[in-house]
Amino acid sequence: MAFNFTVSPSFPNERISDWYIFNTWMQRSLDLPIHLELHNDFGAQRQAIAAGKVDMIYANPFDASLLVREQGFRAIARPEGKPDEMVIVVAADSPTQAVPDLLAGSRIACADDPCVNTIGRILLEPANLDGNNTTELRRETYIQVAKALLRGDADLGFMPVEAFENLSSLVRRDLRVLVASQIQVIHHAFLIGPILFEHATAITGLLLSMHQSDKGQAMLTALGAQRWQALEQEDVEFMIDIISTLTT
Amino acid sequence: MDDMVASNEACSAHLLTFADGSRRQVYVTGVETPYPRGKLIVSRTDTRGIITQCNPSFVDMSGYPAAELIGQPHCILRHPDMPAAAFRDLWDTVQSGRQWNGYVKNLRKDGGHYWVYATVVPNVRDGMIVGYTSVRREPSRDKVAAAEALYREMR
Repeated sequence: MAFNFTVSPSFPNERISDWYIFNTWMQRSLDLPIHLELHNDFGAQRQAIAAGKVDMIYANPFDASLLVREQGFRAIARPEGKPDEMVIVVAADSPTQAVPDLLAGSRIACADDPCVNTIGRILLEPANLDGNNTTELRRETYIQVAKALLRGDADLGFMPVEAFENLSSLVRRDLRVLVASQIQVIHHAFLIGPILFEHATAITGLLLSMHQSDKGQAMLTALGAQRWQALEQEDVEFMIDIISTLTT
Repeated sequence: MDDMVASNEACSAHLLTFADGSRRQVYVTGVETPYPRGKLIVSRTDTRGIITQCNPSFVDMSGYPAAELIGQPHCILRHPDMPAAAFRDLWDTVQSGRQWNGYVKNLRKDGGHYWVYATVVPNVRDGMIVGYTSVRREPSRDKVAAAEALYREMR
């Protein structure tokens, strides 16, 4: 029976094939049967987790916290480099110059990434905006979030920094970043479930040495990373403590 | 903890007395530093409130170099306008294993201040509280005005 691997559905669609290539490489290198299942949205992913259908995951910080605290997962590595950050964007010609200018009744375009949306909500607190006095317009992709702003369907939008940077220059020209998060301390993580603990040393070793081969380096680049960095349990616990202050 | 050195700006002197009976002379200028947009200010302490770790935003806003912060009690940021009861409530809450939230006026090294919405959580490891993590975010000005009024009454 194969182990189930999944990836938080916050990565750009053009990386789907890269994750399949990564999975094939990982299976061969570890000599373990691993099935990659990519879920369309966070709801489907959480259902799979709840049903015990996830044994290994590249998770956003919020899901990583949930998996470590509630499902006994172990975080073994994180991508080296920039932590996870998001931006609140408006149309370039919007009269809004800063978050406190935003008014009750504002329409927010966003996707279903709970991590991005939670941080976006925190950044709206200086304007006294919350779920009770704003309307959320859910979109399937961040390109659609951008379109909602450009068409005037939404007053502001939430998106990961990477998604904003991946928009075409034409679209970005018509948008303006109102505020960019600089949380500095939370990041995606690679986690394994208890069923894979006996293979933890092999999996960790494989990831941490991945950048040392040309093939591994090419796969990392395709996935938007430079190398994996080891994660100690206390690093993860600290991140979880921080996230708990943001979600309750 | 060392007394503060008065800055060149016009300032008023205050003698703070902490829960452990220790005292500190501080100087206050009344100058507010705006909260840095988009940032979270993060720090950790041990169970006695001694700073063990902080992020760059914490360092920037405090006005102290990082080396002067690590190893100091967290109350190095205590502003005389904050009522002692607020911190008693904070400590009672987190020492009992619960999360504390509140609006806090922090004192900078230069005698200025900055307002935050703070959340403090106990760091529980193997069932034991081994320290505390504090995360501050930008508060709305309405909430700051309400907190200022409340704290004035409490003092």
